[in-house]
Amino acid sequence: MTIKGMAYIAGAFEHPTRKAPDKSVAVLHAECAKGALEDAGLTFSDVDGYFCAGDAPGGVLSMVDYLGLNVRHVDGTDTGGSSYIAHVSHAAQAIASGKCNVALITMAGRPRSEGRSGVKQKQVGANVPDTPFELPFGPTAVNEYAMATMRHMYEYGTTSEQLAWVKVAASHHAQHNPNAMLRDLVTVEDVLSSTMIADPLHKLDCCVVSDGGGALVIVKPEIAKSLKRPPVRVLGAGEAPKGLLGGKTDLTYSGAVWSGPRAFEEAGVTPQDIKYASIYDSFTITVLMQLEDLGFCKKGEGGRFVADGNLISGIGKLPINTDGGGLNNNHPASRGGIVKVIEAVRQLRGEANPQVQVKNCNIALAHGTGGGLATRHGSATLIMERV
Amino acid sequence: MGTTYQERSMTIPEIHPEHKEYWDAAAVGKLLVKQCDSCGEFHYYPRVLCPHCMSDKTTWVEAKGTGSIYTYSVMRRGVPYAIAFVELDEGPRMMTNIVDCDLDTVHINQRVKVVFKQSGDQDNPGPYIPCFTPVEG
Repeated sequence: MTIKGMAYIAGAFEHPTRKAPDKSVAVLHAECAKGALEDAGLTFSDVDGYFCAGDAPGGVLSMVDYLGLNVRHVDGTDTGGSSYIAHVSHAAQAIASGKCNVALITMAGRPRSEGRSGVKQKQVGANVPDTPFELPFGPTAVNEYAMATMRHMYEYGTTSEQLAWVKVAASHHAQHNPNAMLRDLVTVEDVLSSTMIADPLHKLDCCVVSDGGGALVIVKPEIAKSLKRPPVRVLGAGEAPKGLLGGKTDLTYSGAVWSGPRAFEEAGVTPQDIKYASIYDSFTITVLMQLEDLGFCKKGEGGRFVADGNLISGIGKLPINTDGGGLNNNHPASRGGIVKVIEAVRQLRGEANPQVQVKNCNIALAHGTGGGLATRHGSATLIMERV
Repeated sequence: MGTTYQERSMTIPEIHPEHKEYWDAAAVGKLLVKQCDSCGEFHYYPRVLCPHCMSDKTTWVEAKGTGSIYTYSVMRRGVPYAIAFVELDEGPRMMTNIVDCDLDTVHINQRVKVVFKQSGDQDNPGPYIPCFTPVEG
């Protein structure tokens, strides 16, 4: 079975807040759900499938109850920030096999109001098999990605200047996004002179910590055709968790080397066909490594590929993260996957901010790396088409 | 100048029943790894079932305690510390800290040897944890 053409993204909504001290996480989920359903032209009573991940308070049971849903299919897959990209694929699979017709995906969180950040030690539950051999050493989001960066620099000669171009591109896009958390243009020099957090990653190599969320509505083709919004069709998807391989650890590549080819094969397209890409940008290195692993350039050439504005819409060959991405716009709940799909949908609909709208954007990709790049992460790739 | 290593309170690990020998050995300065009786491969972190072939016949082996740095990062927020992956001479790569040295001189491929640091603090001491320090010369 393939999901190619079996489901459409009918509704997409990104919560405009970036700081929500006066709202609970559940309220943010509900507001996102309402926004995406209104965008699609559907109502809560149309929803018969619900998808959420670890940010959802109480999981699928509490959220289905809280939102007042009457569903016949649920999925609580959690692969960190990549979860919601995988959820689109899972929703398409469920629709293709008749398990539901209208799937709602929600995510939200408020790490900014709760004082969480990537320099603090990761919080994990009991009985996790790997933690006794990792937590004593002080792993955090930033020093994990920093270790992957350090090895990439060693193997391929990647430089901090090249990584800085990823942030420069994000700031170019974010200046046009009124909701972006950071809207000031930055230069390569600004990135290099920002505070060193964990060698070799500077403060401006790191994404924002923001409150907010998003939601998506995935529907079967017959329903999509009855709605008024520009139809966005799911073409293909791939998933791949990657870990430490029992000690045969290799931090120079991500799970995108597996999820990417699966998605391209199912979609029947190649990286050259992609007009716009949402590439997970928890850190600048995440973008560089994923672009290599997805096949947008050869392994080891990511540094040269991202440099000199090549990722800036209207200037470079591959416009990415035209909303400003996690580096500048939004990284709600420290899980950026759903915003990645939302901006791809905006581009395919022709509804991105005018200054960054990609011309003739007919095929787009969204890719996420969720979790720890130097320990365990989920990798999810999604390819979509404007019909 | 450099960045001098400072003692840091390490998180006390959760002790799982299958790792009792590992922590007992650490307390007397020995690093244990697992080797599979079926496929012969070493693995890390230690499991009951070999992650390379799923055999349930795995044996504790004392590692030489030497290796080289595969990658690292020095955290510059708060008390500085160097997190790293060290490639043991037996093969497996393991997460660790690089200690007892100028953290600014740490580099990839640097030769290191195991040294154990106690987790927790004076009021609540925990198991000894395998860290690594540069080998002179």
